[in-house]
Amino acid sequence: MDRYTQAAWLIPLFPLAAFLVLTALGRNYRRAGVFIGSFGSLVAFLLSLLIVIDRLGANEVDYNYSFDWIVIGDYTLRIGFEVTNLTALMLAVVTLVSFLINVYSAGYMKNDERITVFYGYVALFTFSMLGLVLSDNLLSLYIFWELVGVCSFLLIGFWFTLPKARAAAKKAFIVTRIGDAGLLLAILLLFWYMPDHALDFTTIQSVFDGQSGAITNGITTLIALLIFLGAAGKSGQFPLHVWLPDAMEGPTPISALIHAATMVAAGVFLIARTFDIFQDSAAAMETVAYVGGFTALFAATIALAQNDIKRILAYSTVSQLGYMMMALGLGSLTGGIFHLFTHAFFKALLFLGAGSIIHAVHTQNINEMGGLGSKMRVTAWTFAIGSLALSGIPPLSGFWSKDLILTIAWETNPLLFIAGLAAAFCTALYMTRMFFLVFMGKPGAASSSAHESPASMTLPMVLLAVLAVASGFVETPWNSSFGSWIHDGSEEAHSSGVAIVGSIAASFLGIYIGWLVYGKRSVSRTAFQERTPWLVKLLERSYYVDELYAAIIVKPLKLLGSSLMVIDAYVIGGIVRLTGAAASCAGRAAARLQNGQVQAYGLAAVIGFVILVAAIVGRRFLP
Amino acid sequence: MLPSYLTMAAILFCIGLYGALVKRNAVVVLLSLELMLNAVNLNLVAFSKYGVVPSLTGQIFSLFTITVAAAEAAIGVAILIALFRLRGTVNVDEFDKMRR
Repeated sequence: MDRYTQAAWLIPLFPLAAFLVLTALGRNYRRAGVFIGSFGSLVAFLLSLLIVIDRLGANEVDYNYSFDWIVIGDYTLRIGFEVTNLTALMLAVVTLVSFLINVYSAGYMKNDERITVFYGYVALFTFSMLGLVLSDNLLSLYIFWELVGVCSFLLIGFWFTLPKARAAAKKAFIVTRIGDAGLLLAILLLFWYMPDHALDFTTIQSVFDGQSGAITNGITTLIALLIFLGAAGKSGQFPLHVWLPDAMEGPTPISALIHAATMVAAGVFLIARTFDIFQDSAAAMETVAYVGGFTALFAATIALAQNDIKRILAYSTVSQLGYMMMALGLGSLTGGIFHLFTHAFFKALLFLGAGSIIHAVHTQNINEMGGLGSKMRVTAWTFAIGSLALSGIPPLSGFWSKDLILTIAWETNPLLFIAGLAAAFCTALYMTRMFFLVFMGKPGAASSSAHESPASMTLPMVLLAVLAVASGFVETPWNSSFGSWIHDGSEEAHSSGVAIVGSIAASFLGIYIGWLVYGKRSVSRTAFQERTPWLVKLLERSYYVDELYAAIIVKPLKLLGSSLMVIDAYVIGGIVRLTGAAASCAGRAAARLQNGQVQAYGLAAVIGFVILVAAIVGRRFLP
Repeated sequence: MLPSYLTMAAILFCIGLYGALVKRNAVVVLLSLELMLNAVNLNLVAFSKYGVVPSLTGQIFSLFTITVAAAEAAIGVAILIALFRLRGTVNVDEFDKMRR
């Protein structure tokens, strides 16, 4: 039953072809560009859907095709593609969100001069992301990993005339690079220690699964931690999360596609793909779990005090990615991937909703909005569904995935369970705050000219809203079909009354308090700020992490850079100038000889000849 | 016998070289060149008669050299006359246009 699976390598080629055609066409074919980009991702999505349907049967074997790429001596590097249930799922999610973003951007980016460039970048990103998902070894995964980073850089800096966008693009590139360096080191270590230098996932799985002792525990932990560093950079985990909120300078559809649904999930995907390495190292698992749990709570508290609608969602993304990491760290592949799956839909939906709002009111400050609910009904309803799903209200998708993670945390690590509950409470609170400030209450300064967005923008939102409601039912406490599908039938359903009650209570408590403050207004909005101004300030400035990095990393680096500049200018530059001056001096002296006097030239020739003869003859008398 | 011929040729060559490098008058320079050529001819003939392997080739070769020298002198004088018409002088040190 793998008729379509064999053709999986075709999927990334459609967006690639779209990218090439869009680049060749240039900027003038605006409408055609939209269609080409959307068509490429639509075909890719349909193919991915066929593959998922292909694989829905019980116990489908993983399909792998690879060929010799580089032969060096007796070492052969093979590359190829692999379709497992996990990659099939990722293919479907990536292509679906990508297609919806393509449709949405037709409306959102309509008046942008460089819309075809935008579609080209999106197509290139989709290609890279699909290549990353399909890679059957770490090396080609790394290549695509860097490619998605480049696309992210290009798209964050898409409006490069804005200095903030330029700075954000650079920041994203440099910060993720720190993580990428870790991943590269991990790959090199694996190459060094693996039998036959194999880098493909199948071999990695068998080597780390069998406890064969080929690799010592210390090295395993080191490799796992370095891979996690790469994943943390890409997925915005503390302390490398700082780039993600700034990345919101890019166009909103990009925030939805790259910085919410797909690329930032690549880190989670990477850990899931190399999960056997992590399972061999308890220390690495604990690190992943604690970093994830900490990030979840840390980012959720920051989101409470932000005023920029996209930054709230960005910190929320960081927080939810923390949840996924925590689930992986607690040993639940299902929990991490399930939350990735549901989060992709509702967070993309929320970003598209935010884009729709920004499109209408031309500001990102939620304090200037208000009362938009009556003017933008579709946006308001879909946004409400997304918010409820994110807050974890049953029976929406976010509830099931968050509940699974919390259940696992309850069973294994009470401390992380409490952190997860607190993060869930904060999530519900900041989503309620945002919803009431944007859609309810009196119309704000910027909402007078608000209007509903065109159908090309609302349609993807409605579709995503349906998925945000429905996608959770694949894995419930009574039915673990998703987990066993991802996991080859080895995971059993988790259910715990405490976790379910706890997570529902935390969500409703968050919503209730949010409603009291921002909806019913029976509690003053500024009460908290008046009591503890320092705390609000701390949250508003994201715990001063950016300032801290600027002081301890950026400043010393700049100092080092400028001192190296001085060395460059005066020492190295001095040597260079000296060489130049010496050459020109010699030239000036030699130019004197060229006086046009034939006899002087003759004399020089004779002297040279005599010296030559003297040298040859004189050599005889030497010993 | 050979060394005296060779010494003679060397003296002739040096005189020619001196004249070619020092004399201002282009005609004298040309004459000095002839002197150097003839010094070479003298060498050739001397070796063909008294060399380690005496052979007629040297004498025949010197005949060729004389012929070529005659042609060279003709061309040299022709160029000199053309130059004289152009510049009104035959002083070698005034022919320094190559410098610029």
